[in-house]
Amino acid sequence: MSGSKSVSERLIAPHIANLPPSGIRKFFDLVNSMDDVISLGVGEPDFTTPWTIRESGIYSLEHGHTSYTSNLGTPALRRAICDYVEKNYNCSYDPARECIVTIGVSEAVDLALRMLITPGDEVIYTEPCYVSYPAEITMAHGVPVPVTTRAENAFAVEPEDIERAITPKTRAILLNFPCNPTGAVMPPEKLRAVAELAVKHDLAVLTDEIYSELNYDGDHVSIAALPGMKERTIFLHGFSKAFAMTGWRVGYACAPAPMIAAMMKIHQYAIMCAPTVAQEAALEALRNGGNAVNEMRESYRLRRDFFVKGLNEIGLDCLLPHGAFYAFPSVAKSGLSSVEFAERLLKAEKVAVVPGEAFGPGGAGFVRCCYATGADELHESLARMKRFMKSLQ
Amino acid sequence: MKEQILSFLRSNARMSVSDIAVRLNAAEVDVASAIAEMEKSGLIRGYTAILSDEAPGAEKRVKALIEVKVTPNRDGGFDRVARRIAKFPEVTDLCLLSGSYDLQLTVEGDSLQQVANFVAAKLATIDGVISTSTGFQLKKYKESGIIMQGDEEYERLKVCF
Repeated sequence: MSGSKSVSERLIAPHIANLPPSGIRKFFDLVNSMDDVISLGVGEPDFTTPWTIRESGIYSLEHGHTSYTSNLGTPALRRAICDYVEKNYNCSYDPARECIVTIGVSEAVDLALRMLITPGDEVIYTEPCYVSYPAEITMAHGVPVPVTTRAENAFAVEPEDIERAITPKTRAILLNFPCNPTGAVMPPEKLRAVAELAVKHDLAVLTDEIYSELNYDGDHVSIAALPGMKERTIFLHGFSKAFAMTGWRVGYACAPAPMIAAMMKIHQYAIMCAPTVAQEAALEALRNGGNAVNEMRESYRLRRDFFVKGLNEIGLDCLLPHGAFYAFPSVAKSGLSSVEFAERLLKAEKVAVVPGEAFGPGGAGFVRCCYATGADELHESLARMKRFMKSLQ
Repeated sequence: MKEQILSFLRSNARMSVSDIAVRLNAAEVDVASAIAEMEKSGLIRGYTAILSDEAPGAEKRVKALIEVKVTPNRDGGFDRVARRIAKFPEVTDLCLLSGSYDLQLTVEGDSLQQVANFVAAKLATIDGVISTSTGFQLKKYKESGIIMQGDEEYERLKVCF
């Protein structure tokens, strides 16, 4: 009988049942079923975690550091995080009361949203964006309000667009620059204008700075460091991208003490603490991982430069992304939608890219290519995409 | 640009000029001429292959690391003795060290006997050489930054957000 639901289906809460599944699951399944694919479809570094960090993890296990840590995370790691944030983001936090270690930055985003949202509150976020944001807002019983970023603005968000989206129900603005999937960064003057809006309308700001070390052409500015912003900003970060530690799952949030205390309650009841081994490895990352980060950044920059140049040469118009490790070219000249483009490219040339729609409707017409991929594979992928573009003429 | 070219060549001496040019966003001719210039001026002294112990012929070669104490010469310091030792084709690497001995050399031969003969007949008898200590290489774990036994294959996700 169509339309009828099984008992188990009926028992699922509507706001979870109605979450859209990732629109391109089918495409992902197809990629995973094929061999010899050159994948530009990942969202993580191609480096293995630097050895000094891995070795610290081994040491930690060897010495039997296998019990819980403080709910907030080990004091040593929180001190190191606050030092790091002060030094690199010009924003000072008290490690005892204003910092919490989480399971990846994803948990930190979730804690912050649940801490802020009363059911029905609106949260503004920019789109195209990392796929989890609207879902996480919804799961926290909030209303996701996307603001589209556009190629003509180099995918930075226009403060006026944010202002137009603000209503009496708006609670917070969620930012992610450098941005996954566009690689965009925020020009400081636009960031200042967004900060002024937050103050004017008394909004919280969540800033997911997971890609902030990977800024190739300028100094990264955090909105948390702008005047009047610390008291209303939740600074969210982690180790996954810059330190190539995606599988360790360590992130953190820094925010004023009352907010951290509130987030801590959720974390304490739901999670207890981040894994001890991973926290000790993360401490080593902050102590001795800086050189490795610089080397990896330089390696990404070199790959970005030739890959983006190559895309433009074969008719896949692409802005120079200033951060993260994604190129976000337009597929307009192929005459195909981005989903068609990705599927046909995969079938014809075994190159996997992610259709922009996966990151929200604003991503239509673009594809995300991760250049944190071996240089030889990047070269080969460009050759294959060139052949593919020619075959369409 | 030279420093970056060298860093590419140090990790892969066979990287083609066109590959380097693309990665540096530079013209191929500029890269080629920079490399030629560095080869000519001696900044680049040569290129070699890094072999595993299982490479054909490798099992027939014997390698020894030799520590040598030397009386420095009044005029030339360690240089005269070091240069003299360096001329032997058996010596593949040679450097001056701080610490409890002076020169460290690597010697290669076809057999243990051949290396032993070299040490006894040639090296130890050189004027200025006070003592030698020879250790034969049993197994190679890492050379020039390359680890000989790689990690096991680890399958990453092909696509993720």
